[in-house]
Amino acid sequence: MDLNLTAEERAFQDHVRGFLRGNIPPAIKRKVDLGLKLVKDDYVVWQRILHGQGWIAPGWPKEYGGPGWSPVQRFLYEEELAAASSPRLITFGLKMLGPVLIEFGTEAQKTRFLPRILSSEDWWCQGFSEPGAGSDLASLTTRAERDGDHYVVNGQKTWTTLAQYADWIFCLVRTSTEGKKQQGISFLLIDMKTPGVTVRPIKTLDGGQEINDVFLENVKVPAENLVGKENDGWTIAKFLLSHERFGIAGVARSKKQMERVRDIAAKEMKRGRPLIEDARFRERMAEVEIELTALEMTELRLLSEEAAGRKPGPEASILKLKGTQVQQGITELLLEAVGNRAHAFDPGILDDEWPGAGNDGPPVAEHVATVASHYFNWRKASIYGGSNEIQRSIIAKAILGL
Amino acid sequence: MNFTFSDEQILIRDMAERFFRDDYGLEARRRHQALPGGFCRDTWARFADMGWLALGIPEDLGGIGGGTVDMAILMEAMGGGLAVEPFLATVVLGGTLIRDGASPDIQADLLPRLAAGELHLSFAYSEAQSRYDLNDMRTRAKADGGGFVLDGVKTVAFHAGTADKIAVTARTSGGERDDGGITLFLVDADAPGLTVTDYPTVDGLRAGDVALDGVRVDAEAVLGAVDGGLALAETAIDRAAALVSAEAAGLMAALTRDTVAFLKERKQFGRPLGDFQALQHRATEMYMDTELTRSLAYMAAVRQDGDDRAAARRAASQAKAKAGQAGRLIGQEAVQLHGGMGVTDEMPVGHYFKRLTLIDHSFGDRAHHLDRLADMA
Repeated sequence: MDLNLTAEERAFQDHVRGFLRGNIPPAIKRKVDLGLKLVKDDYVVWQRILHGQGWIAPGWPKEYGGPGWSPVQRFLYEEELAAASSPRLITFGLKMLGPVLIEFGTEAQKTRFLPRILSSEDWWCQGFSEPGAGSDLASLTTRAERDGDHYVVNGQKTWTTLAQYADWIFCLVRTSTEGKKQQGISFLLIDMKTPGVTVRPIKTLDGGQEINDVFLENVKVPAENLVGKENDGWTIAKFLLSHERFGIAGVARSKKQMERVRDIAAKEMKRGRPLIEDARFRERMAEVEIELTALEMTELRLLSEEAAGRKPGPEASILKLKGTQVQQGITELLLEAVGNRAHAFDPGILDDEWPGAGNDGPPVAEHVATVASHYFNWRKASIYGGSNEIQRSIIAKAILGL
Repeated sequence: MNFTFSDEQILIRDMAERFFRDDYGLEARRRHQALPGGFCRDTWARFADMGWLALGIPEDLGGIGGGTVDMAILMEAMGGGLAVEPFLATVVLGGTLIRDGASPDIQADLLPRLAAGELHLSFAYSEAQSRYDLNDMRTRAKADGGGFVLDGVKTVAFHAGTADKIAVTARTSGGERDDGGITLFLVDADAPGLTVTDYPTVDGLRAGDVALDGVRVDAEAVLGAVDGGLALAETAIDRAAALVSAEAAGLMAALTRDTVAFLKERKQFGRPLGDFQALQHRATEMYMDTELTRSLAYMAAVRQDGDDRAAARRAASQAKAKAGQAGRLIGQEAVQLHGGMGVTDEMPVGHYFKRLTLIDHSFGDRAHHLDRLADMA
């Protein structure tokens, strides 16, 4: 047990840090630091820079384009990405579909799709949830019927993040109504340009637009786009949701956000002194930091087990559950830190650039502008990817045996 | 960087878990509590035989080396085992103070005896008004000839009644709450003028108040430097805070295990209680907080052996504050989910709950450590 970095690990950290800080475009860094809206180009430009280094998919095996890093190196990389104000890497291709294709895909599917995920040529989105299938995902009803060498798909997907940017969607579809509901599900790749695919935006409570409904009406999908066996999609979905432990807790980003809390608390005043000097506020910070450190150490424990050859298990649910609690705790600290300045809303923050030329919103200080909307937006974290209630049930069942 | 146990550490853990599972248990604990001094001397001798008392003591002084992580592994097992033997008082507190403060001659005299199980120690540092602050001190030591004369009353010194020597903090200069001017003395328990009022603690251990009435010691009794005792005391208390956090993690794991087993077995409304989602999710919170506490306890243990004192202090406070919050949640939930059985003396759950609760009141509670963290940069 050693919490110090080895000389090689420190050299790796220096190397990664130097590159990331030296190459992040300043305009993108500013948006991330201020919590402003990122558009497709921001993500793609940055992901291509990382791809140029061979660092875009740290979790992939080397033969498929991963860098071949150890768990500790990956941990350090996540930390440096966050510290350099990197946008979140879009996970749908890199952390969801990629590993699925590597595990379950045909050679043709791997050759066709994996390189385009690495190069950010294809933007993927995730078609799991439906209006009638949320936490009870297996009750999904989007139908795929075999017709010669095609499937014909009908149904509706919802909460689809950034579908407006997507070239492709991976979907869970029902191919059978026989037996248990989990047994009739298949995993299908659908080109968003196919006739019959319609995207309708859903406006969220913070005023933003990052989630969508996706309607599928008589969409013809070549049978070669089926991943794994027909009716075996539930196995793939479970793999997808539990495979990736790295970054699921969001530790590196939460540490970066705690810095933001400190920065803001140093600018905001209370009783004539900077808020950062207020004992009560400092205790609130200490409470969140205890949970954050506990989470980080728990992640390190799990990674050490993984490095020793243990398969990832249901403990990932701890990371998701506690990780989102910590993230939301930090959004509350940020909101508390800005006090009554949280009131002023500048609609300009929803635009691609802020403050834009035509911005005529109220005069909101830069460090305050997005804090309230971030708090509202981030309520999603304990709902998406398996709500925290579902995570608790997974732990109760798979770990405690209840 | 890694968070894995070495082969030796896995050996220590397996041996300790086996010992407490096969050779200890609630009935043994009750017998040990009823013995003079409130613990079992034969069991203490077995601790010595297994090398547990030699942990952290250098090999050339009769020890087997090892560090705070090794001790944390033992403490975690002792938590689950509900041990009443004075490992914390003698090995953790006493051993640390002698390691850091005693002269080589005194170390060579005492540490081999400690490792062999022949020497018991206690640390008397708190006072009626001091709460958890190590610097709040009315006990005075006046220079007298080549030595000192100690006067004052120390409170809640763990296992003071069975100690051969008691480490005492006393003020050699300065005002009641000054950081400077505190000196550590190692005093023979049978020194004239020293009286221990020994009592059982609520969680089934022993402690004592130590009255010092003109107790005369020579200059060799000073641990560390005159007026420089606070840093020594703080290092020992931080280490103890880290280690009782590991003990707390062991208690939490035991409570979670027993509660989950009870939920599976106990039937109401025609089905096991564990079928009810409201109860499943509460058991899940117990499990999660156990793991989070364990993570922080081991981080704190690692940090106690590093060169960075600030990091050690911070890690000890983070672990201890977490143990306080998680201990309260898990203790209360375990009792609640056991229903009526949870409030009986017969079941282990109440005994775990009491020890866990009193750990929060040892070496600083959650509020104390949050204050301390808020004061740090």
